[in-house]
This record gives sequence, structure tokens and C-alpha cells, in this order.
Amino acid sequence: MLSRLSSRSFIEGLVLPAVGIVIFLLVWQFSANRIDTSLGQFPGPVQVWEQIQNLGTEHARERDKEAAFYQRQDERNAKKLAKDPDATIKIRQYTGKPTFIDQIVTSLVTVAAGFIIANMIAIPLGIVCGLSASMYKAMNPIIQIFKPVSPLAWLPLVTMVVSATYVAEDPMLEKSFLNSAITVALCCLWPTLINTTVGVASIDKDLVNVSRVMALSPMVHVRKIVVPAAIPMIFTGLRLSLATGWMVLIAAEMLAQNPGLGKFVWDEFQNGSSNSLGRIMVAVLAIGLIGFLLDRLMLTLQKKVSWDKNAVLR
Amino acid sequence: MLSAALPFSASAELGEPEKDELKFGFIKLTDMAPLAVAYENGYFEDEGLYVTLEAQANWKVLLDGVIDGQLDGAHMLAGQPLAATIGFGTKAHIVTPFSMDLNGNGITVSNAVWKEMKKNIPHENGKPVHPIKADYLKPVVESYIDEGKPFNMGMVFPVSTHNYELRYWLAAGGIHPGYYAPHKGDISGQIDAEALLSVTPPPQMPATLEAGTIYGYCVGEPWNQQAVFKGIGVPVITDYEIWKNNPEKVFGLNKEFTEKYPNTSVRIVKALLRAAKWLDENDNANRPEAVEILSRSEYVGADYDVIANSMTGTFEYEKGDKREIPDFNVFFRYNATYPYYSDAIWYLTQMRRWGQISEPKSDDWYFDVAKSVYRPDIYQAAAEALIEEGEMDAAEFPAFATETGFKPAQTDFIDGKVYDGSKPNAYLEQFPIGLKGTDVIQ
Repeated sequence: MLSRLSSRSFIEGLVLPAVGIVIFLLVWQFSANRIDTSLGQFPGPVQVWEQIQNLGTEHARERDKEAAFYQRQDERNAKKLAKDPDATIKIRQYTGKPTFIDQIVTSLVTVAAGFIIANMIAIPLGIVCGLSASMYKAMNPIIQIFKPVSPLAWLPLVTMVVSATYVAEDPMLEKSFLNSAITVALCCLWPTLINTTVGVASIDKDLVNVSRVMALSPMVHVRKIVVPAAIPMIFTGLRLSLATGWMVLIAAEMLAQNPGLGKFVWDEFQNGSSNSLGRIMVAVLAIGLIGFLLDRLMLTLQKKVSWDKNAVLR
Repeated sequence: MLSAALPFSASAELGEPEKDELKFGFIKLTDMAPLAVAYENGYFEDEGLYVTLEAQANWKVLLDGVIDGQLDGAHMLAGQPLAATIGFGTKAHIVTPFSMDLNGNGITVSNAVWKEMKKNIPHENGKPVHPIKADYLKPVVESYIDEGKPFNMGMVFPVSTHNYELRYWLAAGGIHPGYYAPHKGDISGQIDAEALLSVTPPPQMPATLEAGTIYGYCVGEPWNQQAVFKGIGVPVITDYEIWKNNPEKVFGLNKEFTEKYPNTSVRIVKALLRAAKWLDENDNANRPEAVEILSRSEYVGADYDVIANSMTGTFEYEKGDKREIPDFNVFFRYNATYPYYSDAIWYLTQMRRWGQISEPKSDDWYFDVAKSVYRPDIYQAAAEALIEEGEMDAAEFPAFATETGFKPAQTDFIDGKVYDGSKPNAYLEQFPIGLKGTDVIQ
């Protein structure tokens, strides 16, 4: 009995996904061989694996160049000091190109910033809308109109507003970073906002009554009753919102040429070399994989904070 | 008149750069080479400059970057600083102390158009006789018009060298490329046009041609050679044959930047001068190395062979028809880097010819605009510093004491017309197609 069960879960857990992946790879390789673009053949798994290795070597080479850059800088500064002991010496950041791995890090930081900005607005606003039906009625048309707006429509507006309003002599944050982060925030605001509203509005009446009987103050009511009860819905919103944000970010980076994976894809497209398609495919896989990992991360968090440990989450 | 205001004429030792962290924009074209070389060979660092080079999506994004300060400077089309300063398009005072190259562009047509066109071209030893004039394209354009099909062509930007070269070539062959009329709000440039020109970013040219949206284009390298490699089109003429040694890209800076950071400005030009010299040294001996640098994904990123095709002194027209053009890309010789006023004025005359400047202007107006945008004073300060350091020789530069900024009358145009920069209005009178004198589009 026990052995049958474990073999079944073995099949479901490992064998089936493996079969799926192998079939996918075969179909991919098979069809790639038959697609001829003006940049050569469409890359199959083998070419993509080569490009993954290439990108790895490039990353290592860039790090070597970086070390050499700092060494040269130190020597130059030493010379400057020898000539004029009072000279002010500043260490300048490395000016070389960002590698594929650098671009991934940039994208992750940007999406995190946008996601945090969005939810600092969306969750409180959602709670207010959920608690008060009249507030919800007032907000609803605005939510419904802005929810379906594509990030690409926001981007030019965000760019112009940021350039006009964010003027500092030595800015701490890059304008391009702000542009991407704000665009992401504008687009991933809505899923959390709507789900929080629904979650809060549909709290069990018994819980609300308990709160009333105990005469809890509004703040305590929100903290002890509303938020815990609405957590599953809030997290559903957060997961949707993070997934939206990740998709939006890549598009925004591509269009605005802001650093990150989107720019990597666009640059490679513009290069038009015989390796370009393979490298873009690497980026596609990386984007997918990271999106998946982000979703798993949110799911784990959701399981951690949810009070109903038996709820089925997928 | 202007010399009183020049802050760069002092011969005192050049001070430390006021701003040493800089970001320069460029478009993925081989003529950005001086920037890549100045970076990779450490010339920027030698000047104490920490430069980041960043590829830009298109010329508009690049120009806006320099205007709003996201970029400290950029590889620009020669027409951009001029157009920005006179307010055609976005208005901002952009200046240039450094010309980046001569020549380097080509006009490519699709295979189908080439097939039709080739019938009209005289052959010698089985190969078409070059230069190929637009006269041979005219019957093709006419047949398209008879069928009611618009004859679309691509160029990279309304004030690009490529737009003016394509227009010059078409008009010399009797094909009207159309007028602009900004005073009436028409900036499509297609009034009265027989060939309809529109903007496509350089890297997307081959793909747009392949998609059949356009039948030909004028663009810099490697995008003409790319068409040959992909077998989707045939380059018919290079700009070297349209106007021998024509000025091409410039390095653009915001005027405010040059005022705030004079030492930095001079040091930038110093680094670029060394890079340009390296690129042309010993009969292009360093070119293969330069091609390797350019083929890296952070610069041009196209395949080595594609870039090498034109950068190493040859140009492939029809597949297999590779010819020697040692001056296809010139970065330093013939004083290629000096910002001549007469070069600026030629671009202004073309803006006038095609209606981008809609009102008649006096000769003095042309001179004044050229002098406010082209800055040989910064160039001179940089060159003198390099001569003093023993890095370069005075013979490698124009004689600064006598240089007027006006090249002698130039005759090497495909239609045999003569260009004298000191008589812009008289120059325009020579052309049957194009605005001149008191013409205004009504």
C-alpha cells in the first residue's frame, strides 16, 4: 500500500514533469531547425546552452576588466597625490558594460521597488474601500478605468513627469530606475487593491459582531480582525500584482531603454548578430524562470502568514 | 566678432576636469568607433575622465538625453545640433567641438527594385558601372506611381545626413523627394513627393526592407552590408560617391555643459582626437582591432565579418561585387575631425532646400548659426594641448592661425554642382528641384 502510494507520487512529482520537459525540448529543437530567419536559424536548446556559457564567460571577463579598472584608477590617484598632496581623491565607479547577471539584478531591484511602492498604497486603500461601502463606490470608477491601462501608455507620461520634477544636482537614484519602478507600481497597484477590497468586505459577519461586542477601537479592529481575515485575499492580490509587475517591467525596460533584462533583449535585437537570437532566448528563459521563482516565493509567504493552514493554494 | 567671447583660447596649462563622471550616448553604428576606442584604449581615463558609454534606442531619445542632461554628450547626426539650435524639432542650444567622421553611408534598394533598375544600368565586364545615379531608378519609381503604389523609402531621422544624402541623390536623378512645411505644421516631408521618405531606426532598416514596408533606404554601416549578407537588398551607391568626403557624425554637447565644464570639454575632445588618429594610423592598420571592439555586444554588436566589410576599406555592392573604397570610413585624415563652419552651412542649406527652414534667410544668418553651433575654439585648445604634450604633431591639424573654417569650393558631387560655403543662397540657386531664393511652400 505504502509503496504503491510513494511510487505514484514519484511518478506525479518527478517523472511526469521530466517527460513534459523532454517533449518540449524535442519539439523545440525539431521546429527550430525548420525556422530560418534573416539572422540565421532559430536557436534550438543546443545553441541556447552555448549562449548561456558565453554569457557566463563574458561576465567573468567583465569582472576582470573591472578589477583592472580600479587598479589603474588607484595608480592614477597615487600619481595625482604625488604631484599635489592636497588633491582631492575620489574613487569612481566602474564604467564598463553591465553583464547579463548585472541586468538580472537591476531588474529584480527595480521590480521590488515598484512592487513595494504599489502595495504601500494599495493595501491601506483597499482596507479603507473594503470597510466603507461609500468609499468603495467613490473609488470604483477610477479603479475600473485605470486597471486595464497598458504600462506602455503610462511610460511616456511617467518619463516626462520624472524628468520635470526629479531634479537634483547629484541624484541618489537614477531617473531611469525611477521611471521603471513607477511604471511598474502604476500597473501592479490594481490587483492588490481589488483583492484587498473584496477580502475586507467579505469578512465573516460573526467576526465583525465579535469586534462590536468587545467594543474594539477602529485601529485594533483593523489590526486584530480585518487584516488577519483578509490575508488570503490580500496575498492572492499580491501574487497577481507581482506577476503583473514583472511582465510590465520587461516591457518598460525595452521601450525606455532603462537598464535591466528588457534592455538586454532590445540591445541584442538591435545588434542583429548571428548569436543574437540565441541570447534573446536565454533572456526569455531567465525571465520565465525568475517569474516562476517570484511566484513560488509569494506562495510560500502566503502559506506562512495565512491562518487557514488547510486551504488549498496553487 | 566672436573671439572676444571665447573662453578656450588661453594657452595656460589645462586644468583638472570639473566633472569627471560622464555618460555618453551612441547609436549602434560603426561611426561611433572613436568613442569605443577612446574608452577601450584608455584615452578617456588618461584625461581623468570616467566615461560610461550607453547605446540609445533612436536619435530622438539620444537628443532628448543630451538636452535634459541624462547624457553628458553623444554621437550625433551633424544636422541635430544645428536643427536643435534653430528650433526645428526640439529646441535647445547644442554645440559641437568635434566632427566624428567623413562618409560611411550607403543607399540600399530591395532585390525586386534592383532587378528592375539593373536593366537600365550600363555594364562593363559584366558588372554595373559605378557610381549609379538615381536616373536609373526613375523609371522604376514611375512604374510604381502608375500602378498607384507609393514608392516608400527609409531614412534614419528628419535632420540626418542620410535624409539629405538620399534626397540629394534622388533629386539629382530627377526624382522629387518632397518638401517639409513646418510653418503649416507639416513635418512629414512628403509634399509633392514622388518617393515618400519616412523615419526608421538604423538597426531596423534591414527588417523593414525585408517586411516590404520600404523599397530602399539610406543608412550608415553595418546596415547596408547587413542587407547583402542577408540577401534581402543591394547597396547601389555610397555617400562617398554622392559627395566625396562629406562630413558625417559629430560629437554633440549641451552649450551649458561646455560653459560649466570647460576643462572637461577640452579633455573629451583630446581623448576623441587620439582615438580618431588611432583609427586611421598607418593606412588603417588598426582597423581589424577596431572591428573586433565594435563587434562586441555592448557597442555595435553585429558580426565581425559584417562590420569588417566596410571598416577595412572595401564595400560589397551586389553579392560578390566587392570593391575597394579605402576612404569609405575616414576618422582622422583630411582634417576629418575639425568642425568646419562650411560643413555646418551645407547642412543648413539642405534644411532650406527641403523646406525644414521654411522662410528665406540671409547669408549672414547661415554664418551666425554655424558659428554658434560649431566650436573650433574648443577643438583648437585640445589640439594644442596634444601638440604640447608631444602626443601629436601640428602638421596633423589645420593651420590654426590662418584657418577660416571655410573649406575651398568643393566640386566632388554626383551631379557636378559646386559648393562654396561662403555663398549659401547662391549655392541653392543651382538646383532645379528644391526651395531657393524667396520660395515658401504655400
